[in-house]
Amino acid sequence: MSVKEQSMRRVTAIRNGTVIDHVPAGKSLSVLKMLGIEGENSNPVSLVMNVPSKKMGGKDIIKVEDRELTQNELDRLALVAPDASVAIIRAYSVAEKLEINLTDEVVDVARCTFSNCITTNHREPLPHRLVVTNRAPLELRCRYCGKTQEVDGLINNLL
Amino acid sequence: MSGIITMDDLTNEEIISILDDAERLLPVAEGRLHLPLLQGRILGNLFFEPSTRTRMSFETAMKRLGGGVVNLGDVKTSSVVKGETLFDTIQMVDGYTDIIAMRHPRQGAAQYAADSARVPILNGGDGAGHHPTQTMLDLFTIRRAHGTLENLNVVLAGDLRYGRTVHSLSHALTRFGCSVIFASPDTLRMPEEIIADLRANGAEVTETDDLLAQISGADVIYMTRIQKERFPDEDEYSKVAGAYKLHANDLDDANAEMIIMHPLPRVDEIHPSVDKTRHACYFQQAFNGVVTRMSLMCWLLSVPVPEDVEAAGGAL
Repeated sequence: MSVKEQSMRRVTAIRNGTVIDHVPAGKSLSVLKMLGIEGENSNPVSLVMNVPSKKMGGKDIIKVEDRELTQNELDRLALVAPDASVAIIRAYSVAEKLEINLTDEVVDVARCTFSNCITTNHREPLPHRLVVTNRAPLELRCRYCGKTQEVDGLINNLL
Repeated sequence: MSGIITMDDLTNEEIISILDDAERLLPVAEGRLHLPLLQGRILGNLFFEPSTRTRMSFETAMKRLGGGVVNLGDVKTSSVVKGETLFDTIQMVDGYTDIIAMRHPRQGAAQYAADSARVPILNGGDGAGHHPTQTMLDLFTIRRAHGTLENLNVVLAGDLRYGRTVHSLSHALTRFGCSVIFASPDTLRMPEEIIADLRANGAEVTETDDLLAQISGADVIYMTRIQKERFPDEDEYSKVAGAYKLHANDLDDANAEMIIMHPLPRVDEIHPSVDKTRHACYFQQAFNGVVTRMSLMCWLLSVPVPEDVEAAGGAL
């Protein structure tokens, strides 16, 4: 059995829903948070963490049952899992393959990490906007204060 | 509408055009000519933290051009203390005015306001961020003295770490091919990321801790105040405060045309003996804030400044 097959079979196949593969090892909890999947009220979710991957060394896999993630929702994941591959599953088969796109501006995904930025006032209503200034390696600046953001810091500041 | 939030909002050509307009507006700024180009327009002065020169010069600029001014007043007695967001404050003032000048302690506040407003925003300082109208008046002062902005040797001295004025100015000067020399104590050096940016754009940048050695080769010496509130304690402040002082006696070897600038207020960094020398330019610089802001407001409100201001204007 290949490494891929071993990883995928750690949890059972889902009938309908979304499979997010190639999430960087250990980042799946951040992904769930970004998708608003937490607490008791979410759909059934299966998580596989820190499994071997030929491509990445180690990776996480997420299976969300009975929910088809939209492209817009997936693009929010670019901050933590830019190379994740996504499959929409219908009747146990892959119905659609989607990719995560890094947009020019990451809107309302994370709060600026600079402590004196105007957006640290939680009551200010405008969207949190991080401008992508470089794609590889990923570099972002807050649209408002202009400060360069550490991606790890942003993950701690997810909205 | 956006306004002028950083110097990046202006091209070199636009900077020159605004400075040209400012030159023509000098007789109006000096009160020698009546030219109500902005009659009927209202400036909203929103200063969320203390300011003397910037706030007063914006107000003077609008009034010299025949417009009106409404002020936020003391933040302590405004709706801000009741917890009003910047967004809401801007929505309100946006409805009252045609243009807003703003200073705010939070970085990014000016861009935030610009994204919230219908009228143009002039950033009068946002935290340690940008202060583009100060940069414009500095450029105006330098060009008035030297007839050009190109290829000058400019020494920036004092607190280069925290001073937003010198950050914006060094970017602007190098856009016009000036060489910049940063003279500061080690603890107050220009931030690395700014030096890297300047060098990446091909600028000639020198760092030193010896201000006096730079005087003879300078076209401009731009002094800044070393601010007490930037230091964790009095001892730390005392160590560096006063290390960068100019006295008239230090200027014997200076070029005749060299000018000394300072965004003011000064404390000890320029001795009063310098005031009487031909090099002292800081009070003229403060006045230039009025005429430069007049020009900026005309530009943002799309009101052309007449080529022949004397013919267009009248007696006061």
